[in-house]
Amino acid sequence: MSDFNQNRSIYIQSFFVLIALAIVVRLFMLQVVGSGGYQLQAKNQAVKRKITMPARGIMYDRNGKILLNNSIYYDITVQPEKVKESFDTLGFCKVMNIVPEDFKKTIHALVMRNGWSRTSVLYKNLSPKSIARLQEGIDGFNGIGLIERAQRSFPYKAGANFVGYLNEVNKEMLQKEKYAAYRRGDITGITGLEKSYEKELRGQPGVQYLLQDVRQRIVGSYKNGDLDSAAVPGQALNLYLDADLQKLTEQMMANKLGSAIAIEPSTGGILAFASGPSFDPSLLSGNDRSKNFSKLLKDATKPLFNRSIMAQYNPGSTFKPITALVALDAGVITSSYGYGCRGGYYQCGRRIGCTHSGGGHASNLANAIANSCNAYFCHVFRLSIDSPSNKNVRAGVKRWNKYMSDFGLGHPIGIDIPSERGGYIPDLKYFDRTYNKNWNSCNMSILGMGQGEVELTPLQMANAMCIIANRGHYYIPHFVRAIGKDSTHPKLAKYLDKKVVAKISDANFWSVIAGMEAVVDRGTARVARIPGIKVCGKTGTVENARRINGKRVKLRNHSMFVAFAPMDNPTIAVAVCVENSGYGSQWAAPIASLMIERYLTDTISRRRKGLLNKMKNSKVIPKITYLIDSIEKKAARERWNKELRRRDSVKRAKRRIDSINNRQSNHWLLDPYYFKQYEMLDPKNKKGEYA
Amino acid sequence: MSTLSPKSYLQRIDGILILLYLCLVLIGFLSIYAVEHTGQSVGFFQPGKSYMRQLIFLGIGLLVSVVILFTDSKMFPNLAYISYAIGILLLLVVVVAGREVNGSKSFLVVGPIQIQPAEMVKFFTALALSKFLSSLETDFNNIKHRLVAIAFAIVPLVIIIAQRETGLALVYLSFLLAMYREGLPNTIIVLGFSGIALTIATLAMPKDVLFVVLTVIAVGALIVLRKNLKRKKSILVIILAAWAVGVIFSQVLVPFAFTKVLKTYQVQRIYTMIGQQVPVEYSNGKDMTVQSAAEYNVSQSKIAIASGGIVGKGFLNGAQTKYNWVPEQRTDFIFCSVAEQFGFIGSTLLVILYLLFLFRIMYIAERQRSKFSRVFAYCLAGIIFFHILVNLGMTIGLAPVIGIPLPLISYGGTSLLTFTIMIFVLVRLDADRNMILR
Repeated sequence: MSDFNQNRSIYIQSFFVLIALAIVVRLFMLQVVGSGGYQLQAKNQAVKRKITMPARGIMYDRNGKILLNNSIYYDITVQPEKVKESFDTLGFCKVMNIVPEDFKKTIHALVMRNGWSRTSVLYKNLSPKSIARLQEGIDGFNGIGLIERAQRSFPYKAGANFVGYLNEVNKEMLQKEKYAAYRRGDITGITGLEKSYEKELRGQPGVQYLLQDVRQRIVGSYKNGDLDSAAVPGQALNLYLDADLQKLTEQMMANKLGSAIAIEPSTGGILAFASGPSFDPSLLSGNDRSKNFSKLLKDATKPLFNRSIMAQYNPGSTFKPITALVALDAGVITSSYGYGCRGGYYQCGRRIGCTHSGGGHASNLANAIANSCNAYFCHVFRLSIDSPSNKNVRAGVKRWNKYMSDFGLGHPIGIDIPSERGGYIPDLKYFDRTYNKNWNSCNMSILGMGQGEVELTPLQMANAMCIIANRGHYYIPHFVRAIGKDSTHPKLAKYLDKKVVAKISDANFWSVIAGMEAVVDRGTARVARIPGIKVCGKTGTVENARRINGKRVKLRNHSMFVAFAPMDNPTIAVAVCVENSGYGSQWAAPIASLMIERYLTDTISRRRKGLLNKMKNSKVIPKITYLIDSIEKKAARERWNKELRRRDSVKRAKRRIDSINNRQSNHWLLDPYYFKQYEMLDPKNKKGEYA
Repeated sequence: MSTLSPKSYLQRIDGILILLYLCLVLIGFLSIYAVEHTGQSVGFFQPGKSYMRQLIFLGIGLLVSVVILFTDSKMFPNLAYISYAIGILLLLVVVVAGREVNGSKSFLVVGPIQIQPAEMVKFFTALALSKFLSSLETDFNNIKHRLVAIAFAIVPLVIIIAQRETGLALVYLSFLLAMYREGLPNTIIVLGFSGIALTIATLAMPKDVLFVVLTVIAVGALIVLRKNLKRKKSILVIILAAWAVGVIFSQVLVPFAFTKVLKTYQVQRIYTMIGQQVPVEYSNGKDMTVQSAAEYNVSQSKIAIASGGIVGKGFLNGAQTKYNWVPEQRTDFIFCSVAEQFGFIGSTLLVILYLLFLFRIMYIAERQRSKFSRVFAYCLAGIIFFHILVNLGMTIGLAPVIGIPLPLISYGGTSLLTFTIMIFVLVRLDADRNMILR
């Protein structure tokens, strides 16, 4: 058999080898060298990282009642490819109480948007009640699923001002180290306890690595779940708060501007903490929270402004017990020291009025406190500044500053919610600046009666009461008694630390306490008397004025009352302030006394029900508040418009938005007006999206 | 039969080839099983699963093989022409009465059975071509006889293109390998490669630029050969003719084919091969800028292969293939399953196994006394090689996405059966290698 072409067999074989080599080289590039980045893509598309968020910690009051809870809501999901002919559409619609046509339309819309195989949300935010029937028969509806979602709920509808609210972390937060463990869309506490105890409440998110198939369906765990970590639920907070007392307090403060705080003196634990006007905290946790937030923000009464720790008032006469204690400790007076007040204090050249002129109303310390004699305390204050034991008046002021600081005044005390302010205590620097270094105790005599430059937050007033009730020490006021069951948690350590004030002797305290008892017993606050309980208190009627359109306008007095009870073994200290409402005995004293009664006797006696109703139902918000608000808003608007005109470049305006965003995350409460500005700048944000 | 050899019939059967065959089939079966294995502990024997059907087809194939081994080897040359005629007839029937599947019309449905004649006709064509080349009347140096030989392959190719099964049709080009072995001149091969170069240039370059390039080449050739021109006028004619062919092909024929003959998806696949977007004039108004299905397939295939790494993820652990990331992974992209689970080492071993398989067939071919058997063996080697080249090239992104299976490994009954039959026919012929068959 002639065969001339046999050598071609070699060529063919060489060709085969060549091609095989080319394939192997290409495989080497793909599999070993990893060119083209295909190996990374493989992991990215097939392994899905799923974060499971643990339940956020809840809060209990001192009696174990749930103050803050997580309620479960449900989203119904659907995987349209499974809802085919065999699906019991009619049955499903009957269970869900919907019209079949609407259901079909919704499904159709979902398919158009997300395709057949992807699971999409069909209905959102259904309460457990409304899906109860579905839940029973869910297995019968192929392709229908339920997703649980937790939302904060407030069984007592109380606590808005200290619990705070949640929101998604924003861009600026994510850049901070504190939020390193957060991802976009995660929820975090924005204010209040939710913010202070964020770490404890949040718990530890769990991570699951899952394998998914081409349709994003989960088909199993990656590496048998070796890399997974379980979610650790957030810890519950056990508060000192008395939920019933809190509820009552908020009801009374609902239609008033001001604040009411009750503290347990022996621990510094806060029993009630309300800022008026109070509002339903669930407004800021539901679906409409953005809408509600901007509504609250725009409100002329500024309910979001936490007056208990942020408002600073002249303490007025409620300051007099402190003045007395300083004077007693300095040794310039004794409890029997009297002052012949004839309806005013004239020693410094001008008259300082006193409401009383009757002889003997300031015949000793107790009487002076009980009758709240202005002249007495101006005089006593001057005595302690000018005390012979001080080298000069400057040393006197310095010493007084030290007393004030010991009493927790002039600086934030350190409560466990953010944004606390420190009030104001004038010091040497201030007097030098104001009086050009030419001043003496006369320039400051009204400080002794709590007027003038001295400013306290309601929390500081309540804390001062704790000091008197404890006769010389206090614990930093705080809400949390235990994190989980741990009452010695490192985060709580500073609240277990006893703060001793100025080593004032017990006897001196008793002198003041006796005076304060007399205030309620026979003095200015007889309205606060509670049968069977010795209440010690002090009223305050604070003159105040405001600059409106450049003119100084005198407004109605702030009504104030501080108290503690029972006298011998105090378990509650209270400070109440009702802005622009009248005498201390008119509003603040009854509110404080009702709080004390509710806390000590667990009820309100029948005789005082009328008083309670009056306190609950009276709206004490002066019309001028709205006027001032509109004027301020207008001024802010004008300021802003002017500002806008000044900026011609769009680029710079954009930078402004950024800075506003920053302020929003840090200090939004410090400037109530920027929101207005923000809205005007960006119309899309009218709804108040502060995410 | 056994008079010519002292060895018994069984001893004359080529065990090595059968062993290699069984290895490949086993790899194929395990790959299909791995793709379908979901990790749940269900029984192995699941009716309706692809691997079970593949097993059934393997059983049928082995049954047929045994029958083949007991036939008379003279039967095959005798049946060559008639079977080819029947095959062509079947192909024509399919064009008229076939079932349309995925845009191609290549299946014939008879009761519960679906057959794809284009697969079987490969076998018949191989027989017919072998018969023709081995007959005493045929002189392969004769241009007429060469054209007849080529026609044996081209006729089914054209009919199958009419069935819109381009991939299967192109397989018939592999018969050129056998013809090359039997003396098809080099010029034809050169022309073929030039044609391929021209085709790629046509696709990759804008029409106008290519025209300029062709003209420059022609003028350059004329200048270089200007001294020879005076002696031989034919050179001028050849250069001008080549230029004319190139211009007509690139400026007239390809645009015509792309707009009038080929489907948009076919155009797309062709462009995918050279890694380019479909030009606007061929896109028939469709937006081709988005990632096409073909590109998606190839990129997923490359992802799966690359994720295998050096040693692979281990048997049944191929997440990319198991969870359907790679489309068509049981059939055309089955190689991904091997490459993901066994990595570079496994895939290289598979390539080597195929190479050994091909070499064994060629070794068998060269030891035949009978030209019929030799041509048949080369036909088989050519077909298998073409399948491997195109299929692996496709999965690793070197060749266009042409849907042809990986021999003996891809899922698909007809393909497995056809290859089995052809291999065992070769084994049968080889057993009588000392006989002269015509």
